[in-house]
Amino acid sequence: MGINSSGGVTPPVQKRDPLAKLQVEIAGLKLKNPVMTASGTFGYGEEYSEFVDLNRLGAIVVKGLSITPKQGNPVPRIVETPSGMLNAIGLQNIGVAAFIKDKLPFLRQFDTPVIANFFGDSVEEFIRAAEELSNVEGVHGLEMNISCPNKQSGWCIFGTDPRTMSEVVTAVRKRTSLPLIVKLSPNVTDIAAMAKVAEDVGADAVSLINTLTGMVIDIRRRRPVLANRIGGLSGPAVKPVAVRMVWETCKAVKIPVIGLGGIMNASDALEFLIVGARAVAVGTANFVTPLATTEIIDGLGKFLDEEGISDINEIIGSLNAD
Amino acid sequence: MNRLFDAQVVDNVLVNGPFKLLSVRPLSDIFIPEPGRFFMLQTARTNDPLLKRPFSLFRYQEGILKFLYRIRGKGTECLAAVKAGDIIQLLGPLGNAYPSPEGDFLVVSGGIGIASLFMLLEKYKQRANLFCGARNCDELLMLDAAKALAKDVCITTDDGTACRKGLITEPFKDFIESSPFVKNPLPIYSCGPIPMLRELAGIVAGRGLACYVSLEEVMACGVGACLGCVTKTTAGYKRVCKEGPVFRIEDIVWG
Repeated sequence: MGINSSGGVTPPVQKRDPLAKLQVEIAGLKLKNPVMTASGTFGYGEEYSEFVDLNRLGAIVVKGLSITPKQGNPVPRIVETPSGMLNAIGLQNIGVAAFIKDKLPFLRQFDTPVIANFFGDSVEEFIRAAEELSNVEGVHGLEMNISCPNKQSGWCIFGTDPRTMSEVVTAVRKRTSLPLIVKLSPNVTDIAAMAKVAEDVGADAVSLINTLTGMVIDIRRRRPVLANRIGGLSGPAVKPVAVRMVWETCKAVKIPVIGLGGIMNASDALEFLIVGARAVAVGTANFVTPLATTEIIDGLGKFLDEEGISDINEIIGSLNAD
Repeated sequence: MNRLFDAQVVDNVLVNGPFKLLSVRPLSDIFIPEPGRFFMLQTARTNDPLLKRPFSLFRYQEGILKFLYRIRGKGTECLAAVKAGDIIQLLGPLGNAYPSPEGDFLVVSGGIGIASLFMLLEKYKQRANLFCGARNCDELLMLDAAKALAKDVCITTDDGTACRKGLITEPFKDFIESSPFVKNPLPIYSCGPIPMLRELAGIVAGRGLACYVSLEEVMACGVGACLGCVTKTTAGYKRVCKEGPVFRIEDIVWG
């Protein structure tokens, strides 16, 4: 129901929204469909708005934000690998304040939840970023990137040590009432155990996988190709690893799991949903074609029609693995 | 109109050695590309190579987009295999354009850099002094066509297999230090290997000349999202795909 231009009330539309069959819920957020963007691959939304109707997306997860802007790494920052790419952007971003001032007004125009991905070099920086992002209109959820080094305690990665992760998630949880998603690093022995830790200290959802660390060598120069020497692998090459990790995690936790890693098309997205992911995020595929997200949404609808299923939630966790 | 479109390959012909010229006809209306802009080209239908590859537009003639490229990796090897009739996806025109010259101008091209500069010569016929350098005579690409469009031409090859032996920056330096140029300075447009551009930056420094360079960098998205293609400028990292590929030479911090 809405107010029309003459001031009268328009009657509610009786016809059932044909897209309702794709609706899912994550940590209290109602998504039109389970397709989100993966942080770092969709800018602040604006970059892709020429190609994609942002209203169609399940959610927009923006490029990772820190309390102070970050310059990022020297180039080369990216190198293509077989069916994938390795990146070491170095978390370049405009900072929380500039995001709120310059990028958020644009995103507020759309009827799509905005999830702010954020990170810090210390627990204190995580807290400050979370607080600032929690107090503005237009941010509907937070996603913590814990795959960054804790510079206060000897550069260990927050997300690969259960105690460090527990400490930072606990601290952030106390300062925000927004849905809190913890994005897990796959560079651990048991990712399901890490998800359990996040759940125990109050995460509303987990997303996985972040990139797998990797390295590419220039054999003539005997040097790493990336200026940062190592980078994060993404793209179709990582998908089977991601599906396995999402499956293990879904069995271990009760909170919703967002699956990502190499999703290129609707079939890929369905693999994640079938093993139990409540939603998926599309990353590297956006670089390959800007229409990746909407093509996947269309493909999911088509699959449901073909299978005679009226609600995508019937697909979620429908794996026969006995 | 959409910057993402399919195009049909008209032909994909060998120019010389590892250089080929790809011509494609867009299957829908496209934005008219100005000199300096670039396109991302799909090189294969598989996931390997995965990403589109960025190429300067070499020419835009009668609705046909032409790309001059060097085969030097997996992506360009796949591109070299596309045939007339094939459909490929393109994204573009992307990036900024060369600012329009008001009168005459200088063009400094190194090797495959001519691919980015040719449209300037073609759009502003008989207005450019072209300084064109290459490693050897085989890598002086599209020279006859470029010569016909330029007002004056100076050519060098590193190995002396054609014209003057040496680097193109040498005769260029002599030219801009000559009294006619000093009295009547002109804007400079350049594209080529980094060592040439770095040398050029040194030559023009402090002379108050308008000098624009087009840069090349590895890219994933081409639309400003991935932050992979940055270059270091006096104001921090800038995206080659968005704030560039054309930059004022004095803004670049040459590593």
